[in-house]
Amino acid sequence: MRSAGSRHVLPAQTDFNFNVTDKQMSNSAPVKISAKDVKVFYGDNQALHGISMDVYQNEVISFIGPSGCGKSTFLRCMNRMNDTIEHCRVTGSILLDGRDIHEPALDVVQLRAQVGMVFQKPNPFPKSIYENIAYGPKLHGLAERKADLDDIVESSLRRAGLWNEVKDRLDQPGTGLSGGQQQRLCIARSIAVSPEVILMDEPCSALDPIATSIIEELIDELKQNFTIVIVTHNMQQAARVSDRTAFFHLGNLIEIGNTNDLFTNPQQKRTEDYITGRYG
Amino acid sequence: MSNLSLIVVLLVLLALGYQLGMARSRKVATVNADLRMHSRPHHYGMMVGLWAVLPAFFILLLWLWLSPAVINAMVLAQLPAEVASQSADQLRVVSQRISNLANNFGVVADAAQWELNAAEHLRQLKANSAIVLTALMAVIAAVGMLFSLLKITPRLKARHQVERVVKALLVLCSTVAILTTIGIVLSMVGETLKFFSYIPPTEFFFGTTWNPRFSTVGVGEQGNFGLVPLLSGTVLIAGIAMLVAIPLGLMVAIYLAEYAPLKLRNTAKPVIEVLAGIPTIVYGFFALVTVGPFLRDLGAAIGLDINATSALTAGVVMGIMIIPFISSLSDDIITQVPKSMRDGSLGLGATKSETILKVVLPAALPGIVGAVLLAASRAIGETMIVVLAAGNSPALTANPFEAVSTVTVTIVNQLTGDNDFSSPQSLVAFALGLTLFVITLLLNVMALVIVRKYREQYE
Amino acid sequence: MTIIAENPIKTVVHPSLVQQKVVASLSRRHRKEKLFRRTGLLAVLISLALVAVLFINIFSKGMPAFWQSAITLDIYFDPKIIKIPEKPQQQADESENDFRQRYLAWQTEVGFVNFNRLITDSLQKILPDATKHRRDLARVVTSGERFALRDMVVADPAIIGQTRTLHLLTDANIDVWLKGNIDRSLPDEQQQLSPKMRQWVDQLAADGVIQNRFSLALFMNPDSRSSLASAGLAGAFMGSFYMMLVVILLAVPMGVAAAIYLEEFAPRNKITDLVEVNINNLAAVPSIVFGLLGASVLIGWFNLPMSAPIVGGLVLSLMTLPTVIIATRSTLKAIPPSIRQAALGLGASKMQAIFHHVLPLAIPGILTGAILGVAQALGETAPLLLIGMKSFVASIPASPFEQASALPVQIYLWQGNELRNFFEARTSAAIIVLLMMMISLNGLAIWLRKKYEKRW
Repeated sequence: MRSAGSRHVLPAQTDFNFNVTDKQMSNSAPVKISAKDVKVFYGDNQALHGISMDVYQNEVISFIGPSGCGKSTFLRCMNRMNDTIEHCRVTGSILLDGRDIHEPALDVVQLRAQVGMVFQKPNPFPKSIYENIAYGPKLHGLAERKADLDDIVESSLRRAGLWNEVKDRLDQPGTGLSGGQQQRLCIARSIAVSPEVILMDEPCSALDPIATSIIEELIDELKQNFTIVIVTHNMQQAARVSDRTAFFHLGNLIEIGNTNDLFTNPQQKRTEDYITGRYG
Repeated sequence: MSNLSLIVVLLVLLALGYQLGMARSRKVATVNADLRMHSRPHHYGMMVGLWAVLPAFFILLLWLWLSPAVINAMVLAQLPAEVASQSADQLRVVSQRISNLANNFGVVADAAQWELNAAEHLRQLKANSAIVLTALMAVIAAVGMLFSLLKITPRLKARHQVERVVKALLVLCSTVAILTTIGIVLSMVGETLKFFSYIPPTEFFFGTTWNPRFSTVGVGEQGNFGLVPLLSGTVLIAGIAMLVAIPLGLMVAIYLAEYAPLKLRNTAKPVIEVLAGIPTIVYGFFALVTVGPFLRDLGAAIGLDINATSALTAGVVMGIMIIPFISSLSDDIITQVPKSMRDGSLGLGATKSETILKVVLPAALPGIVGAVLLAASRAIGETMIVVLAAGNSPALTANPFEAVSTVTVTIVNQLTGDNDFSSPQSLVAFALGLTLFVITLLLNVMALVIVRKYREQYE
Repeated sequence: MTIIAENPIKTVVHPSLVQQKVVASLSRRHRKEKLFRRTGLLAVLISLALVAVLFINIFSKGMPAFWQSAITLDIYFDPKIIKIPEKPQQQADESENDFRQRYLAWQTEVGFVNFNRLITDSLQKILPDATKHRRDLARVVTSGERFALRDMVVADPAIIGQTRTLHLLTDANIDVWLKGNIDRSLPDEQQQLSPKMRQWVDQLAADGVIQNRFSLALFMNPDSRSSLASAGLAGAFMGSFYMMLVVILLAVPMGVAAAIYLEEFAPRNKITDLVEVNINNLAAVPSIVFGLLGASVLIGWFNLPMSAPIVGGLVLSLMTLPTVIIATRSTLKAIPPSIRQAALGLGASKMQAIFHHVLPLAIPGILTGAILGVAQALGETAPLLLIGMKSFVASIPASPFEQASALPVQIYLWQGNELRNFFEARTSAAIIVLLMMMISLNGLAIWLRKKYEKRW
């Protein structure tokens, strides 16, 4: 039953200072993001108690856990979105391609261009669909000519599976789309700056089931070009879309492993209780 | 002053009725021990008090409203025929003289015997009126109190009655605001129509010269009542004020809402809002004695001829006054833009200023436009700064360094001079006031609608 | 189901290329960021500086006016000059009315006494060559001070024949001269004081006979045109006080009642919508329009007296009403419906729920709004000018029905006084008094808000 070595189980009470790695995955793919002993404080409140894990290139990894467990907080550490919250302090190191994202030489603007983000609630800008997509490329000066920009907008929308639905109304406000379309617009918006990693913070929690399944299929497609980290409160979704899954509880990383194994054969009592619905 | 004592008596009656009603209801309750009283004793007390006081109070109001006219008519009816046959205007002067005599105030020239007689008559009538009023009120109050006391039974719904009266009172109070608006519109429209009977509207609205003369000059020479130079002065000053206030106010709002550490925000915001609380007369004085001479000297230093009292002086100081309006309103509006918008932009790698300029401000634009419109309306209606610092020279000019005049200044000038109240020189103030009211009304309503729509969008 | 991968997908900019471009743009964008941020900070600093300049300017101008030149004189209440009958006493068989008439007659008699002589006689003793300059001599002490001497005699006739050391206000021009508010090098014909007078004054100031003393006149006296140095704020202060009384008694209860009805009882329909727009608009109507309303309706139709604080108070009440309504409504709105429901659930009527439970919780907010409204009314000038409060009033009003001025109007009148170099400072002092009153009102409001601030 137990496929030894296929995942690393964390003891219930540990120092989490050692690196949680997955030998099997690491054979095939290089490490994209490597977090070591990440702690987050909101004022005097400690939200994360030292998280260490690796994210591999071109995998889909999902974070699950009850609300308030720190999964979103950890996600937001990866492109330093926590910087925007007052009184929030992050310690430990997060390496992106071996480079510490907190090192002074690395600009947060550059980091976020590299690590994109999709948010819980679709948040298109109150601009036209075209302007929504073109916003990032324009900021970073990715297109010199209008035609280049058109190309980027079209291909981003195509990759987000939205092109056919909106190609005739690119000049209409993005806020006029349906919830699911808005979320795909936001995905297209982050794709447009060609990031390497896309962080998704419960991207389907505000959507109906059909829109959700479209996004899930999209994630599957995007996996070929991007590394995707997705936070979800929906365990079925984690099971459907992700290669690996990490379970968080009360600011600790409890267990991480191949999605299949984690759901069928959890090593930790708390993981098992959670996925069988005893709490959450 | 006797009216005041009547009101005091009414208040005493209210208290008395309250006590009597309470006592009576307790008694009724003990007599009918098997029945539960509908309301609490103090409700019965309130009811009795109100029955005692309200009808009498209405009588008082009615009397105060109607009696002066009635008494005046009675006095005039007793006048000698040759006096009584005068025109209405002359009669008004006559009654004024008589009333002055009756009050032992001095009058110009010696009083004629018939005037003294009339004054004595007036005094008599007034004394009688006071006696009749007091007696009437006493009777009505007593009847009201007795009637309501006898009405008290366990089944009487005293609370409902009291609450109905209270609610009527609340409704009455909330109509005052509407009545004010109606009063403003009616009074100004009335006086404006009178003015237009002297000066045709086209001459007023399109005339380019403002030179009303004095009303004593004679009927042949009415002077020029052209609105255009006043309006241009108003717009010029308000425009300068907005040029000062919009960039400063908006940047203050942005910095305090987006960048400032909490400590700075919590100190700077109230300090800047102090500017909004300073009376405008203080700004006027500041403009007159400090800013005006400063701008004049500054102009002289760089070779510009700037009047100490000019559109520029008034505009700059008005701009300072308006900064907090724009900054507080815009601050509210900017902080209402959801955080998810900012996150979306920052998550794409935008810098903070890019996020503000390209996402937050466009999203907040309608609200900010509303704030600016409200501020503009305030600038247009502002009076004291321009009275003191704009130079009061109704010239049609676009040169901000020259003295100008505005609609508000002219209203003050025309109504505080020695003009006869029914002359076109005075009446024009109401035409100007109506113009001002309509302009600011349009701006306000536009702003309110825009801001409300904006709020709903993010609620 | 939507087809997800829509082909053909055109090639996107390669990630590494993106990174290059991003890095290339960084320094430019950070420069802009810094510039923007600094502009914002600059705007805040400019605004703060403007507040500071305004206050420093007014205070530096006005503070000196709280101290005023006063001359110390030994006044001999000479019986040869003060020839008056004995002060009347009420007789046992005399009616109150008769006694008052007799007393008034006596006061008039006292008023005929040449109290200026007392002052000039006293001055002659310390100014050797005074007899040659009688006109100047009469101008050293401001003319209003003779009434102070008269009042002393009226209060206690036993003073006649005695000598008292008094501090009397000097003429306004002397104050200007000594404070250096006029250029001392101006030629004689441009000076307000004669050469002899200037010599005297400098001498007296050097001897310490004329000193700068705290000016009680500024607070105790009404306005004056004949004796500029003794012009004070007391009349205007009382005028403002009566008007605030009217505003507090009218606008506040009415505004609260209206807000309660609109927020708690009124049905939500087109009419209440209109009322709401109307109230919001009324709050933004220029104040001068309310002045026009007062002039045409209150004075024109209802024949109320011109210049009376009662009319001013009514106009200001109408102006303040929307402010109070809006503040009260937003306070009521912030009180959670659960409190109303709890009361209703216990069988209270709606009226009881609101008056017993909601209103007490709203009182701090209502008070704050009311105080701010009153403060706003206190500083208002323009509408008062239109209802005649601009006229000069030389007495302290004893009731809201008498002619009066108001603090801001007094400021307006003083700034227009021709004796500029005396009244610029005095106006600033009046402004300081007004600002202090407004600051204390606002401080009270802030204190109330802080003290009772509740988060639901």
